[in-house]
Amino acid sequence: MTIKHILKLCLLLLIFSCASTNLTKIEGKRIDIDDTLQTNQAIEDFIAPYRTHVNKNMDSIISYAPETFSKSDGEFNTAIGNLMADAVYSESNPVFNQRTQKNIDFVLLNHGGIRSIISKGDVTVRTAYGVMPFENSVVVVGIKGNQVNDMMEYLSKAKRAHPVSSQLQLTLDKKSAVSSATVHGEPIDVNRTYYIATNDYLYNGGDGMTFFHPNEGLHVLNYKIRDVLIDNFKKKDTLNPKRDQRFIQLKD
Amino acid sequence: MKRRQFIQKSTAATVLAGVGGLSLQSFTPSKTKKITILHTNDVHSHIDPFGPDDGRNANKGGVARRASLVESIRKENPNTLLLDAGDIFQGTPYFNYYGGELEFKLMSMLKYDVATIGNHDFDNGIDGLYAQIPHAKFEFVSANYDFTNTVMDTHVKPYKIITKDGIKIGVFGLGIQLDGLVNKDMYKETVYHNPIEIAQDMSRILKEEQSCDLVICLSHIGYYYKNNPDKVSDITLARATKDIDLIIGGHTHTFLPKPTIEKNSVGKNVLVNQVGCFGLYLGKIDFYFEPGKKVTAEGASIIV
Repeated sequence: MTIKHILKLCLLLLIFSCASTNLTKIEGKRIDIDDTLQTNQAIEDFIAPYRTHVNKNMDSIISYAPETFSKSDGEFNTAIGNLMADAVYSESNPVFNQRTQKNIDFVLLNHGGIRSIISKGDVTVRTAYGVMPFENSVVVVGIKGNQVNDMMEYLSKAKRAHPVSSQLQLTLDKKSAVSSATVHGEPIDVNRTYYIATNDYLYNGGDGMTFFHPNEGLHVLNYKIRDVLIDNFKKKDTLNPKRDQRFIQLKD
Repeated sequence: MKRRQFIQKSTAATVLAGVGGLSLQSFTPSKTKKITILHTNDVHSHIDPFGPDDGRNANKGGVARRASLVESIRKENPNTLLLDAGDIFQGTPYFNYYGGELEFKLMSMLKYDVATIGNHDFDNGIDGLYAQIPHAKFEFVSANYDFTNTVMDTHVKPYKIITKDGIKIGVFGLGIQLDGLVNKDMYKETVYHNPIEIAQDMSRILKEEQSCDLVICLSHIGYYYKNNPDKVSDITLARATKDIDLIIGGHTHTFLPKPTIEKNSVGKNVLVNQVGCFGLYLGKIDFYFEPGKKVTAEGASIIV
């Protein structure tokens, strides 16, 4: 028997309630990690080459923004949202077409998915990471026209500048009801199948988007939204997106 | 230090009162043992400190600083464990570029002992997590994720027992429900089990069968859901279980200025702690073991 055992036995004889433990005191606190602490040089030296590599890539200039673009620049559509939705269309449609011989009808993203502004000046890979830090990727889903109408209802009620690509035109009346909705200038045909490009988060019901189910097939392009942006920005000397008439509300 | 002495004296006074005049002088006074538990959660690939222009966390965080802090604490008390409650991955380009390799290598250099798995640790799929395992010199615990039919099988244990200075410490892991949070393509055949039932099992195994002196739950189920109080969380877990001394949490990025003291199912104190996210803070809990000292029915005296 060790001392510990003897002690335990004694305690058991004396005080029943505490026989099973000799943990007597606990102290807890939170310590700040800040610049008052020394930097561990071995760790710092280990990180350095990784940091250099990442920064070299991240800071490479891929385009130019003549002004700052923010997702709060418009009520129902914004330059940055239009840029993103149109980029998804133009980069994803060739991939989708090659695989299916079909075309994407239009793109729907979500306003909350624009995670950062694009600042005036050089646009770098880091800019794309800021706008889209998540790993979400492009999916194309085939849905019937009546579900496209459900989507229009959703957009009318959401009253947010959820990005849509330029193939869609949605006008709300003064009371925010759907006044007109067209795809490629044509009214929505309830019997037709529309191929909508979106991201996997929204396809899975994110932001309350329930209209992607049921559907007539899901095409996973394995193409990250961020990579779409990087590929798209690289093709443009200057980013010059505009707010336009694709999603508007009638006044008076 | 005065405060500590006061607490010790008052505890001793309670002991004398409790035994009703019976002398404790027959005990050979043995030295106090101290176990220090250090912990992080939701570091999310934040390796570098935030820059001076950051709107929220300017000049805070940074692994190299955490390393020197941990080193100095270990120097003071070699009987220290360093734990992480998950979501090691995702949040800076280091993850996008290296898939978690640098995170695991640095945690190994800091001599992390045990970590659990958060939902974002599946962000490159379970295969992406598995691919980084060779870089981790620490162990993963999760008692409620069943990885049997996945590549992670055998790489994650339900619990880990570590003995420091003769004190047996059992650490078990709990993960959050993946369905609805993580794409099934990512977690594949990982099976989630109810954390509370599993925790009841684990604490019994660790306390009764393995006779651990200290039982720690490393959890990524979230601190508490105010708008959904029935959702399983660290707080509901603390109340519904027994024989857990400390729940180290994550997922909800809850910045607790000090650990929360909850009552467990038999009225004993449980500590619940979480230190926000991004490596801005280090949690430190010291457990003192003093042979021959009485503790109340609520458990050890707690100073937070």
